[in-house]
Amino acid sequence: MPEEREPRMCGIIGLHLKNPSLRPRLGELLTQMLEAMTTRGPDSAGIAVYADHHPAPAGNELGNEQSQEQELRYSLRSDELIDWDLLAKRIAAETGHDVRVEPLAADSAVVGSAAGEASFLAAVHRIAPHVSVPGYGRAMVVVKDVGAPAAICARYGIPGWGGYQGIGHTRMATESAVTTAHSHPFAPAADLALVHNGSFSNYATIRRQLARKGTHCDTDNDSEVAARLIASRMAEGADLEDGLRTVLKEMDGFFTLLVTTRTQFAVVRDSFACKPAVIAETADYVAMASEYHALAGLPGVTDARVFEPMPEEIHLWSR
Amino acid sequence: MEPVILSCADLSARQINAALAALPDGACARVLEPRGRHNLAVGLSNRVRIDIEGNAGYYIGGLGQGPDVVVSGFVGWSVGENLLAGSVRVKGNASECAGASSHGGTIVIEGDASSRAGISLKGGTILVGGNVGHMSGFMAQAGVMLIGGDAGDALGDSLYEAVIYVAGKIASLGSDARVEELTDADVRAVKALAELGGFDHVQPENVTRVASARGLYNFDALKDQKY
Repeated sequence: MPEEREPRMCGIIGLHLKNPSLRPRLGELLTQMLEAMTTRGPDSAGIAVYADHHPAPAGNELGNEQSQEQELRYSLRSDELIDWDLLAKRIAAETGHDVRVEPLAADSAVVGSAAGEASFLAAVHRIAPHVSVPGYGRAMVVVKDVGAPAAICARYGIPGWGGYQGIGHTRMATESAVTTAHSHPFAPAADLALVHNGSFSNYATIRRQLARKGTHCDTDNDSEVAARLIASRMAEGADLEDGLRTVLKEMDGFFTLLVTTRTQFAVVRDSFACKPAVIAETADYVAMASEYHALAGLPGVTDARVFEPMPEEIHLWSR
Repeated sequence: MEPVILSCADLSARQINAALAALPDGACARVLEPRGRHNLAVGLSNRVRIDIEGNAGYYIGGLGQGPDVVVSGFVGWSVGENLLAGSVRVKGNASECAGASSHGGTIVIEGDASSRAGISLKGGTILVGGNVGHMSGFMAQAGVMLIGGDAGDALGDSLYEAVIYVAGKIASLGSDARVEELTDADVRAVKALAELGGFDHVQPENVTRVASARGLYNFDALKDQKY
């Protein structure tokens, strides 16, 4: 399609499905939304997808429901060539829990284990320090990479993924380097993911405060600090809404944030609301994007209620 | 005359605007499948009627000096920015900065407008059927706004000579904005504006008039004795 657009700083998208019949199409819809936001962020992209059913392969000891509930699925990514099965065996030996591998791409896999997150993450770090964990949870898979959003989605086969909600980000870096680790989503706790359009100004202060309480960031990225702040509040017992209120209270800067948990989908903007956001809601879904044209291909969107989220208000949907 | 049909599925914004600019006065055009496209119907000076059939993007109808643009959906930021004459009507909600810096003409938002509606208004007329967000009417210099619903925080901050009428509640007034007594002339003006917008829900005698207290017009060297 012929078009001329000037680039703008970062694009975010998200889709929370209410109608289960749309679930098989989640990846396809997220991909077209993310592609539409390429003009806002061509340097890197990432996506977090939430799905309910992950049946263990036949013969796997994790076949029963209780084990599946204990199992966490870790999105892993390696900067070097890696034998995922060998890594799985070594993690299993170290943690004493079975590990199953679902390859995503040559450099990425989703790895299931009931070992518990602290034990599993420590084992990965010890055995394969070049392997990063973009996210983990019972429902959530996270992929992120540098390059054009369309190419990234194609590489991981995201158009074929099903699920009930997902968020994505196209990045135009301003505060830190263009690397996979610096790209969004930031997912510092189980099933928690955050994408951000904007820039925080006091993030170094907040990062020091978090560090004093034992919460450390993996990167020097400003958005990661917000994700860690929310995760640390939630670890103390706060719900997502409380966590977002903490961001509004403690963090200074410009932001439209889209944050998801296993059951919730939330949008919040700073008090000036000068980073764009538009929401389209129908009986079938809630969709959010930096600009409307990312929503334009969604089914039934022409009949949706389309509105702009208010500043300092937490717009939240639960399943 | 049959309307000219232009589809965003086939044409760029530049191509659509060139085709619209070439229309003779009195012509009609339908712009189909806008799908959030920015910069549609921008910079036109012919007296034409343009229907944008769907949700559109940023700067719709901006810099216009003649056309009547109707959007049957939502619009993004800065609809009708710097409008000089003519009109833009949005049947859905509008994003931020609706009618920013408009010098003339009429912008009608049938739904809600977001923050900074009518920022730096320079003489245009902005009619919003629903609510407006924070900092609406910021530094508005001339012209008039009618808000059929509620206004967000800091309404009319640093107002000059524009007047803002609000039918609903005002979350807070901005610096140097004040509520003034509603005169008969105001009621007549609001009645005409409500009719122009098609706002049946606005009762002209019950609106609040907001205008500048003019306290910021001159620098006060003795203010707070800090200088």
